[in-house]
Amino acid sequence: METQPFKIVEVRFLAPDVKLFRILAPRIARKQQPGQFVILRVHENGERIPLTIAESNPTDGTVTIIVQGIGKTTKHLNTLNAGDTILDVVGPLGKASHIEKFGTCVVIGGGVGTAIAYPTAKALHQAGNHVIAIIGGRTKQLVILENEAREVSDELFITTDDGSYGTKGLVIDPLKKMIADGRKIDLVLAIGPIPMMRAVAEVTRPLGIKTVVSLNPIMVDGTGMCGGCRVHVGGKSQFACVDGPEFDAHQVDFAGLTKRNALYRDMEKHSLVEFEQHRCKLSEAK
Amino acid sequence: MATNPLPPKARTAIPRQHMPEQEAAERAHNFSEVNLGFNFDITKQEALRCLACANPKCTDGCPVGVKVKDFIELILKGDYLAAAAKVREDDVLPAITGRVCPQEDQCEGACIMSKKFGPVGIGYLERFVADYERQTGKIGLPQNAPPTGKKVAIVGSGPAGLSAAGDLIQKGHNVRVFEALHEIGGVLVYGIPEFRLPKEIVRQEVENMKKMGVEFETNVVVGKTVTVDELLNEEGYSAVLVATGAGLPQFLGVPGEDLCGVYSANEFLTRVNLMKAYKFPEYDEPIYDCRGKNVAVVGGGNTAMDAIRSALRLGAKNAYVIYRRSETEMPARVEEVKHAKEEGIQFLLLNNPVEFLGDDRGWLRAASVIKMELGPADESGRRRPVPIKGSEYELPLDVAVIAVGTSSNPLVQSTTPDLKTRKGGYIEANTDTLKTSKPGVFAAGDIVTGGATVILAMGAGRKAAKAIDDYLCTGTW
Ligand SMILES: Cc1cc2nc3c(=O)[nH]c(=O)nc-3n(C[C@H](O)[C@H](O)[C@H](O)COP(=O)(O)OP(=O)(O)OC[C@H]3O[C@@H](n4cnc5c(N)ncnc54)[C@H](O)[C@@H]3O)c2cc1C
Ligand SMILES: Cc1cc2nc3c(=O)[nH]c(=O)nc-3n(C[C@H](O)[C@H](O)[C@H](O)COP(=O)(O)OP(=O)(O)OC[C@H]3O[C@@H](n4cnc5c(N)ncnc54)[C@H](O)[C@@H]3O)c2cc1C
Ligand code: SF4
Ligand code: SF4
Ligand code: FES
Repeated sequence: METQPFKIVEVRFLAPDVKLFRILAPRIARKQQPGQFVILRVHENGERIPLTIAESNPTDGTVTIIVQGIGKTTKHLNTLNAGDTILDVVGPLGKASHIEKFGTCVVIGGGVGTAIAYPTAKALHQAGNHVIAIIGGRTKQLVILENEAREVSDELFITTDDGSYGTKGLVIDPLKKMIADGRKIDLVLAIGPIPMMRAVAEVTRPLGIKTVVSLNPIMVDGTGMCGGCRVHVGGKSQFACVDGPEFDAHQVDFAGLTKRNALYRDMEKHSLVEFEQHRCKLSEAK
Repeated sequence: MATNPLPPKARTAIPRQHMPEQEAAERAHNFSEVNLGFNFDITKQEALRCLACANPKCTDGCPVGVKVKDFIELILKGDYLAAAAKVREDDVLPAITGRVCPQEDQCEGACIMSKKFGPVGIGYLERFVADYERQTGKIGLPQNAPPTGKKVAIVGSGPAGLSAAGDLIQKGHNVRVFEALHEIGGVLVYGIPEFRLPKEIVRQEVENMKKMGVEFETNVVVGKTVTVDELLNEEGYSAVLVATGAGLPQFLGVPGEDLCGVYSANEFLTRVNLMKAYKFPEYDEPIYDCRGKNVAVVGGGNTAMDAIRSALRLGAKNAYVIYRRSETEMPARVEEVKHAKEEGIQFLLLNNPVEFLGDDRGWLRAASVIKMELGPADESGRRRPVPIKGSEYELPLDVAVIAVGTSSNPLVQSTTPDLKTRKGGYIEANTDTLKTSKPGVFAAGDIVTGGATVILAMGAGRKAAKAIDDYLCTGTW
């Protein structure tokens, strides 16, 4: 008997290019804690990519992931439907988020970062924290999980860069305002593009507000074996897949992370172009 | 011995036979196997060289005691299948060990012929009979004992885990191997490249085990997906063998090691082998483009040779090995060093990088390398390299691969609190029974010894299998 491919039982688009998948993976569903992720490989010739587990249901054995199609693998994944399978899914990987009653927690999700932040926000809420959620995106269609965010927060702010929805501006703006208003904040969790997390860290640093970010370096195995996910935190090299992915934002070397993530940009573009051409051919064939 | 018609003098007069191989210039650009294997004639010539010693040193030199003299005798009789079966009595992965054992330190190093005439090519002969067996498809799969109803979990599918699984299934136990990655084989599939060990061979061994009834579950990281305690208490396993290898990469700890273009050997080789980046863009895994680039590996072991020769095959213009000692101290197999040189790998011996230098985008552009000289011997008996003051120079590089050893992965140990470890996080296990401090749990291979060899891991796996069988039958720890 061998490991069977993992079956997709439900899919739903949350925004254009952002798709939710419920996948049958009983072992992972049983063990998952907020903040953990899976690494999956769609097919035999595929790349291994990390994705956060948004939710899990130990009873029916499913885990939920939310995928933003940005490159070849994620776009391919987003073409799959209920009944299709994913060849490999391994997890739950990474350390679970540290959850306790902090007091007032501001959870900031930029773009698909909202999906990554959601399980932790929910856990913080359940632990009795006053959760203020700030979610945003470039434009209205890219704001995802609004209802879910509302459910797990006591206050919700929505921002868009172009003002097409919520307040015009960046996700960091409401945080800045709260700080200027003198609101007491005990914890900030910021997940999104690197420049956004970096900016949040700079805002909270002078005030010494505990700030946590979830880092997304390139990963291969997710078990500490390759060292490809190494990030500089507190002057030390750490492996995001086993020591993280959440780290103290004030200790993170964001500049280094930005550079390392650009490592395969040329080849990723190549893959994507190939994939899109292939997809065109496929649809022509139909 | 009756089968060898030659008197001893005539045997020693036959020169050691050469292994046919792909031309260096050609193989430097492909991932096909370098060594092509003996044909029947060469095999016979080489087998004729064996003196059939009354007290065969070769067997003493082999960590698992392969009955070399006997299998060579069977080769001379022309009964290659029997010869393969003879090897299999002690070595369950002969096609693999014949290719990757450091024979010069083991069987061949001990062979009586080695001093004056060159050792008998034991590894080549072992490979021949194993390949013959595989190609004829007549692998005599042993009969399993009647089912015992006991379940054994094996964590990790490298040579230690595989060999234990093979032995335990024969004893009639239910055996399930849990593997963190998506492929079975450990270092044999993610580390050692295709040009040295075709993956087809490993796959065939795994197929044999499946036919015998071993179950494999990939994508399970024990310690994360399930713990050792859960396997014992909730999933009904009576014993667990931890065979997780020594997979954690070590870095040099010099400035600039986090630059883009600096990899651990594990990452580099995993991308090339496991994710088949050498077939990019057919496979999606990107590996930093080596075409026309300057690539260096730091280290002098098998891993270093595998990485740099892979880089060469990916199109590197200059491929360097930077090693801080001299060639005599290099731990790599002699044959690999020879092959590497023939292929045009440049060896910067008694050199050591002290810093990696980047450009303004954070990409590697060069290494600052210092020259070394050999000082007095250290604890290991090897002469200690000492830096020569002021000898630093800049070596332009686009890619650097760090291959200076590995250490233990803590995932299992840290989630199994009553499992005792020793320095470096390796699991403490009895040398004979491989029992750990935790009842029902055994450990074998690199996770006990630190990075060693395929044959040692295999030998340990088999020892553990025997002890596990005893434990399951007697029920006493
Ligand atoms: C711990 C963790 C959790 C994540 N959770 C989610 C999630 O819940 N939902 C989601 O949509 N995305 C998530 N990501 C990001 C996701 O892994 C990447 O978007 C994906 O790997 C891109 O692959 P691609 O082939 O589609 O795009 P590519 O064309 O390969 O890459 C596009 C961009 O993604 C980045 N990237 C590429 N490969 C990786 C990799 N292996 N790991 C991280 N980043 C990479 C690159 O910097 C590149 O700029 C997470 C990443 C990490 C590390
Ligand atoms: C590049 C390279 C070249 C080498 N060349 C040679 C050579 O030529 N000759 C030679 O004799 N030796 C060589 N070696 C050494 C040899 O490969 C190892 O000593 C041997 O493979 C150790 O076997 P093992 O079974 O203990 O572990 P491994 O082969 O390391 O296998 C361990 C397995 O356990 C899995 N695992 C780890 N943690 C977990 C977990 N928590 N849950 C589930 N699974 C887990 C790993 O993914 C891996 O598949 C080489 C090593 C490397 C890296
Ligand atoms: S297993 Fe290795 S050491 Fe033993 S005889 Fe075979 S090649 Fe030699
Ligand atoms: S030591 Fe050498 S010559 Fe003697 S039996 Fe072994 S292989 Fe033959
Ligand atoms: S992904 Fe390989 S060590 Fe983290």
